[in-house]
Amino acid sequence: MAGSGTAHLRGHDDVVLRVENLVMEFPAGRHQVVHAVSDVSFDIRRGETLGIVGESGCGKSTTARTIVQLPPPTSGRVVLDPGTDQEAELTTLEGEDLRQVRPRLQMIFQDPISSLNPRRRVRDIVGEGLHIWSEGLDDEKIRARVDEVLEAVGIDPTVAANRRPHEFSGGQCQRISIARAVVLEPEILICDEPVSALDVSVQAQILNLLEEMKHRYGLTLVFIGHDLSVVRNISDRVIVMYLGKVCEVGGADALYSAPAHPYTRVLLASAPEPASTVDESEAAIGDEIPSPMDPPSGCRFRTRCPRADDRCATEEPVLKALDDDHFVACHYPSVAGASGA
Amino acid sequence: MPADTNEHTISSSRTAKYWRKRSSATVELAARPVGADAEPDPDRAPQRRLGVTFWAAIGWVALVTGAAVAAPLLPIADPDQIGIGPRSSGPNWDQWFGTDTVGRDMFSRTIWGARVSLMVGFFSIVAGFLVGGMMGVASGYRRGWIDLALGFVTYVMLSFPTLVLFLLVILLFGQGLWIVTAALSIVVIPSVSRLARAITIAFAEREFVAAARLLGATNRRVMAREILPNVLIPMSALLLLGLGLTIVAEGGLAFLGLSVADGFSWGKMIQLGAGLRTLQTAPWVAFFPIGAMFLTVLSLNLAGDRLRQYFDVRELGIGGR
Repeated sequence: MAGSGTAHLRGHDDVVLRVENLVMEFPAGRHQVVHAVSDVSFDIRRGETLGIVGESGCGKSTTARTIVQLPPPTSGRVVLDPGTDQEAELTTLEGEDLRQVRPRLQMIFQDPISSLNPRRRVRDIVGEGLHIWSEGLDDEKIRARVDEVLEAVGIDPTVAANRRPHEFSGGQCQRISIARAVVLEPEILICDEPVSALDVSVQAQILNLLEEMKHRYGLTLVFIGHDLSVVRNISDRVIVMYLGKVCEVGGADALYSAPAHPYTRVLLASAPEPASTVDESEAAIGDEIPSPMDPPSGCRFRTRCPRADDRCATEEPVLKALDDDHFVACHYPSVAGASGA
Repeated sequence: MPADTNEHTISSSRTAKYWRKRSSATVELAARPVGADAEPDPDRAPQRRLGVTFWAAIGWVALVTGAAVAAPLLPIADPDQIGIGPRSSGPNWDQWFGTDTVGRDMFSRTIWGARVSLMVGFFSIVAGFLVGGMMGVASGYRRGWIDLALGFVTYVMLSFPTLVLFLLVILLFGQGLWIVTAALSIVVIPSVSRLARAITIAFAEREFVAAARLLGATNRRVMAREILPNVLIPMSALLLLGLGLTIVAEGGLAFLGLSVADGFSWGKMIQLGAGLRTLQTAPWVAFFPIGAMFLTVLSLNLAGDRLRQYFDVRELGIGGR
């Protein structure tokens, strides 16, 4: 697997964000480099929810961070609203220009406690975006808007607005984070494992809230997670990542009903309740994930792949279409109908 | 088998204890209304009290400060009037702290001496914290060349001999109150700056900083709204420790005749009382300012150290040299 290639990119129509050949490398001392994200491309249509799954360290969060230019990627393009007069190529913007487009892309983080400033009150946290861009808005209007958004995320503003983050539970903090992110009505909301740190019962509430916010504010969601069932439930389209590369891209249902990439099959088989399309024994793969400082040649998954052969070590597979909206980067994919591998 | 049984008993009793502890904590937590802030977290309750020593120390500092501020209003003798009592008389009912070699009232002088000592100490530490804090936050948040430049300034300040600096400042600008204060604050700046930088780096990694930048906050806004409050509040605990330090430093300067020319501080009083003959005939002339300074600095250190623990500030920088 490898996931170079752009066969899965769609035309301009209604695409709200296009990421092309995104590469992020961190220097790791002694002339070594961590290849966190290597040549990842994808696009998102307006109103779509894109899921990104993969195990820890596969570059999901780095992808999210580089999209919002915190920090900017080593190379690659991130284009907002391509083909419209609002088009903005984030990777070429700097300083004030970048600041001007920032509100169009917001993000929710994994750790609800760390994402809220412990010294500020909820009203100030949620109203921060409005205060920054407040030309023509008086305090009273900001107040009203903050109350409205807090109510929308299920926090009672009369009780909560003057409290500080440590007085809230993780789930409530995440609601406040969502309020802060949607208050400026962004086009895209990137959720970086927003429920991983929460209790299961709270997870469902937050996921429902995200769906609700999506409809209410017309958001496009990027949902990053490692829990496949969660990602499947919320996403229209899913990208499977491994060691900084894309393995498989497809509609959520197609991907789950006919997983073509061996790594996708491993992920599905490793779930507590494995999908019926895979055999539980497929979860057994050898070895630890290889070091991103020295990724394997050819297909990066080959060291753990049951189907790997010499070709996988030399030739990097490129994303190719299985059908209209299902792409896989593997030399020996499982094809729907045929039995797996 | 008996050994086995024994072990089992121990482990089960441990488990029982564990659960008892757990469940009582759970009950307490559950009994708390959601979001109630008045109740301290039961797990941290022991650390959440400042203790008697702290309040006694704060009480002494408050007493000295109050007396110093109110000195002109207090019914005490004129500290500069010569011959208010007999020369070099020991503590008595008329002059509680005795008189010095020219018959000035030592009680009144000790209170008036606190004014210069505390004022120079207080303003220099506050100025040092403000400037050093801003430098530290800027270099910790911006990194890059700003960090390098400010770091270089810090190292220059740290390696410049303090006494030479004072002599230079006084030669150039004189011995005014604000000049001495400024000179002392320069000594404080590098330590504060390094500490602020360390705390800033820890907070700059936090996600709320990323969130603020995503909302479009400018760097200045992020530093002022997100980082500075998080840095200054824990560092305020070190303000008291630093105040102790600057009071002693001012005393040292005054002893060398390098401090404020106009008026007198505890340090200058100590110098006046420290002549060999005075020490033999009237030791209280040196003893009372020494005692006042000692108690005040001790109190500041005790209170400051307790506050530092309370806010859980790492032991870095200040006074570490």
